[in-house]
Amino acid sequence: MSLIRYKTPSPVMWPSLNRWASLRDDLDTLLELPFLTGDARQAQLFTGWTPALDLYQNNDNVVAVLELPGMRKEDIEISLHDGMLTIGGERKSQTEGNGESATRTERFTGKFRRSITLPTRVDANKVNATYKDGILTITLPKAEEAKPKQIQVNVS
Amino acid sequence: MNTLVRENRSSGANGERAAEQFITPPATVLENADGYTLEVEMPGVNKETLEMWVENNELTIVGRRSMPAIDGTLLHRESRLENFRRTFELDPTIDAEKISAKIEHGVVSLTLPKAEQVKPRKITVA
Repeated sequence: MSLIRYKTPSPVMWPSLNRWASLRDDLDTLLELPFLTGDARQAQLFTGWTPALDLYQNNDNVVAVLELPGMRKEDIEISLHDGMLTIGGERKSQTEGNGESATRTERFTGKFRRSITLPTRVDANKVNATYKDGILTITLPKAEEAKPKQIQVNVS
Repeated sequence: MNTLVRENRSSGANGERAAEQFITPPATVLENADGYTLEVEMPGVNKETLEMWVENNELTIVGRRSMPAIDGTLLHRESRLENFRRTFELDPTIDAEKISAKIEHGVVSLTLPKAEQVKPRKITVA
């Protein structure tokens, strides 16, 4: 039992550390300053890996799209608990111990975990995930009671 | 020490950059006795949408995203729509003719071998 009650973050308010990297790109383009052009994603190295996550919703599904380049399918873990979708995993360095030395390291290797509260209830048994070109797409069909329903008005 | 691959961010500034905004993808450079390995993260890019060329001893990699088309309302976005572009200045030891590349799961891997004459050679004493 933790002392501080865990507050589930709302999906819209989720802070993304990647934004800093994006901000750097924007600043760079604007200013073209040499001192900003050093080690690009340093912010990411210190804060760990926060893969970008997009969330969509339509009448039938909630769809989460994550940028996870260079993963192995079996290293991605997806779980659903209490309306919270969690995606975790580990990216292993593929080129280690071959007498190589890194002259520049910007790609993050190691563990990551992201959670997002889903806007509606979903049917956990029908969740489907695909991984293509480094993009993970998770389709979560809405639970029947969460789907919008048309109600016919009967005129007597 | 040799850096393969000195990044060159100023190129493309001559009007080219103004035409299209790109984002700089993270890259890792590894070196061994035979050459360099360059890995660039480009999620959403595949073989068909990836372009690379060497010009004036500069390697340019451009990746255009083909993201899955999702029907619905966007509730939350962190991904960026811009395409990827990054330029590296090649170390003179690299044999540009022998550069090879592959893309797998959104990661571009380039092998940049060093030219034969710069590889360390053992000299046996007769």
